[in-house]
Amino acid sequence: MFTNLKNWFDTGTPYIWLNAGAVSISVLMVIGLIGLIAVRGMGHFWPSQVSLFDYLENDGSTSIIVGELVDEETVPMARVSGGTNADHDGKTVDRYLFKTGNRDITGLDFRWVLKSSIGEQSFPVELMILERREWGNFYGYLQNVKEDNEVVTGKENDWDLFQSYLDSNDIIHDEIRHIEKDLIGKINYEMERLRLQQRGLELKEIKAKAPYDEIKTKRQSLQDDYDVLTKKLEKLYLQFNKASITATTAEGNTVEIPLSKIVRAYRPNAMSQLQRFGFYFIKLWEFMSDDPREANTEGGIFPAIFGTVLMVMLMALIVTPFGVVAAVYLHEYAKQGPLTRLIRIAVNNLAGVPSVVYGVFGLGFFVYFLGGSIDELFYPEALPTPTFGTPGLMWASLTLAILTVPVVIVATEEGLSRVPRALREGSLALGATKAETLWRTVMPMTASAIMTGMILAIARAAGEVAPLMLVGVVKLAPTLPLDANFPYLHMERKFMHLGFHIYDVGFQSPNVEAARPLVYATALLLILIIIVLNLTAIRIRNNLREKYRAAE
Amino acid sequence: MQPNNIETEADTVTRDTPTHAFDMSGLTQNDGPMVLANEAICLHVDDLNLFYSEKQALNNITMQIPEKRVTAFIGPSGCGKSTLLRCFNRMNDLITDVDIRGSIKLHDNNIYEKTVNVAELRRRIGMVFQKPNPFPKSIYENVAYGLRIQGVKSRRVLDEAVEKSLKHAALWDEVKDRLEDNAMGLSGGQQQRLVIARAIAIEPEVLLLDEPASALDPISTLKIEELIYELKSDYTIVIVTHNMQQAARVSDYTAYMYLGELIEFNDTNTIFTKPAQKMTEDYITGRYG
Repeated sequence: MFTNLKNWFDTGTPYIWLNAGAVSISVLMVIGLIGLIAVRGMGHFWPSQVSLFDYLENDGSTSIIVGELVDEETVPMARVSGGTNADHDGKTVDRYLFKTGNRDITGLDFRWVLKSSIGEQSFPVELMILERREWGNFYGYLQNVKEDNEVVTGKENDWDLFQSYLDSNDIIHDEIRHIEKDLIGKINYEMERLRLQQRGLELKEIKAKAPYDEIKTKRQSLQDDYDVLTKKLEKLYLQFNKASITATTAEGNTVEIPLSKIVRAYRPNAMSQLQRFGFYFIKLWEFMSDDPREANTEGGIFPAIFGTVLMVMLMALIVTPFGVVAAVYLHEYAKQGPLTRLIRIAVNNLAGVPSVVYGVFGLGFFVYFLGGSIDELFYPEALPTPTFGTPGLMWASLTLAILTVPVVIVATEEGLSRVPRALREGSLALGATKAETLWRTVMPMTASAIMTGMILAIARAAGEVAPLMLVGVVKLAPTLPLDANFPYLHMERKFMHLGFHIYDVGFQSPNVEAARPLVYATALLLILIIIVLNLTAIRIRNNLREKYRAAE
Repeated sequence: MQPNNIETEADTVTRDTPTHAFDMSGLTQNDGPMVLANEAICLHVDDLNLFYSEKQALNNITMQIPEKRVTAFIGPSGCGKSTLLRCFNRMNDLITDVDIRGSIKLHDNNIYEKTVNVAELRRRIGMVFQKPNPFPKSIYENVAYGLRIQGVKSRRVLDEAVEKSLKHAALWDEVKDRLEDNAMGLSGGQQQRLVIARAIAIEPEVLLLDEPASALDPISTLKIEELIYELKSDYTIVIVTHNMQQAARVSDYTAYMYLGELIEFNDTNTIFTKPAQKMTEDYITGRYG
């Protein structure tokens, strides 16, 4: 028996099992993590049925509850106040979390209810959900549609009428947004530039009248454009606010809701499975392509996606040349000795510095010192409002570039030392100088190692939040850092970031229940974006590797 | 991380015996046997000493390499023949802690002069290494590499040079239909001929071959030897080889080296039939090494 066991150990089989086990556990953990996030996050967009039931309150009264089932759990009796019948063994009780909406009426939009106190549930098809621009969802019944406070009666039924009104309002809303954000935004931007121009002239103490007049005429033409647009806007708003609906809640409260406050209306109980799927993808698309609403708990997270990707790309653009040049000098030109060894140790240690330290450095050095100097030199007319002397996209990218530069240096150096000496000699023997050899033979063969460094850098940078909070990320940015106004890429602007968005929605949100699924959905999206960025880089690297397969 | 100190074969044998085990008296004078009287001389090596840190790898080498002839260096491992070869195109410069004294003249110019442009020198003195080392690029780009370094951009010029060099290296027929393929896909023998084509594409005056066939099979070796024979009319060739038969087959002159010394240098026939030195004879007949 003992010898058998010993023999078994000697075969090496147990080590194989050990290794395989470790790999399997890692894989399972990763799949489990992504699975959990995916289920929790993606379920949020599914239009589940709305149930209606009588509920026996703790004080003995009965109320009517309408809502979507969100969560259920079994809790010890002690955690539930009030006398209710215990289930199971008398110690625990089942309870459900319902999203009941109507925050403007009841003050709450989520409710825990005890399973035992629920009367019979029904799913009336007329129950509708309104997604509103403020106050969250509304659950109730549609009574009628009004235009200018007159009830409209059409050939269609009220629901279809309501939908057609909503559709036309949607078009108006898009137009209003286009005018406000794009057109007026552009005018405001130009106006600001003119103001700075004028301030610049004043600072330079230019007395001539001509440049001032020029600014004045430009400003006047902008003002004219603006007036035209506001007139147009007024008209649109008038039309936008024309229609409203009367709706009643399940408890019988009647409310008047202007159509301008409604984003979307749907009756989940009346939907077929196919319609549900369609609705699901519409919601998903909205999540990925829209701006956030209501303190980031509703709407989409497009600005955060955009900001994350843009910041990571800028970071990669900065860190790659910088790291590669440093590595080439360190490996190819610097005389090897105690000093280079010391530098290498320092570089490797930089990779271990907590990221928030980089944030503090970025804030102190980049934002206040560099940014402040840039403002004084190039943007004196804007002072005391800082241009670059405040956290922004450029400083965030630079800070993360410094954070990730050790990774690129180490990877590049490794790549350089993998280039066989025979190839360098072959190139030198053909009359190439050292620089030519580097450029034509060594660097192409190092390209895949550089890409590996970049992949690691991207993976690290995309997940970083702490330093960003100090050097450029905000919870809500009014404008994207990339737009149609010259110079298009606004490096000084603040931006939104998925990682910070998760933190903000998860921990800073006033509405915890509403925010929770968004935290998961955002986390999933962040992971997906990192995966996509990495896969792209890996693909490029593999192509390079294939192309410059080293002489073995 | 920097590969400062490659182990050339000269390193692998200890050179800490200052006195020779053999009686060195009565050696022929090294600088130029009488047979070279009728030859034009390409390289003059004059009293060359080379030290790796403290160890001396070459001792007072004085010899002349005749133009447009094949000169072979033979000798046991670590005798310094590769080191000497690498002195001709200053490849030893790449190694730190190497001290070279004495001079090597290419025609009349000392290549160890400070003013010498090393890249230009290496363009004139090409080299082929023991292991084929094509670049991981296309066959075409491998051959065009040296010309591109010189700034040749014209596709026509490059095309011609590539074809000519590959033909010269007896590789054209095998690769003409796949010039854009990666050179790493060629066989070892083809790679070595490609490397030779790459070296002759820039039309050097001298071609240094460092055991060019030692990593190849007999058929490829034969092809390389034929190639050397062909190239002799255009280039001064210096070849280091371990293979005595090869030296006998391809070379016009042979130098026997031992422990950093040039023991005997004469025309190949004489070396292999009636060597003046007992050491040479021992080595050639296989009683040594």
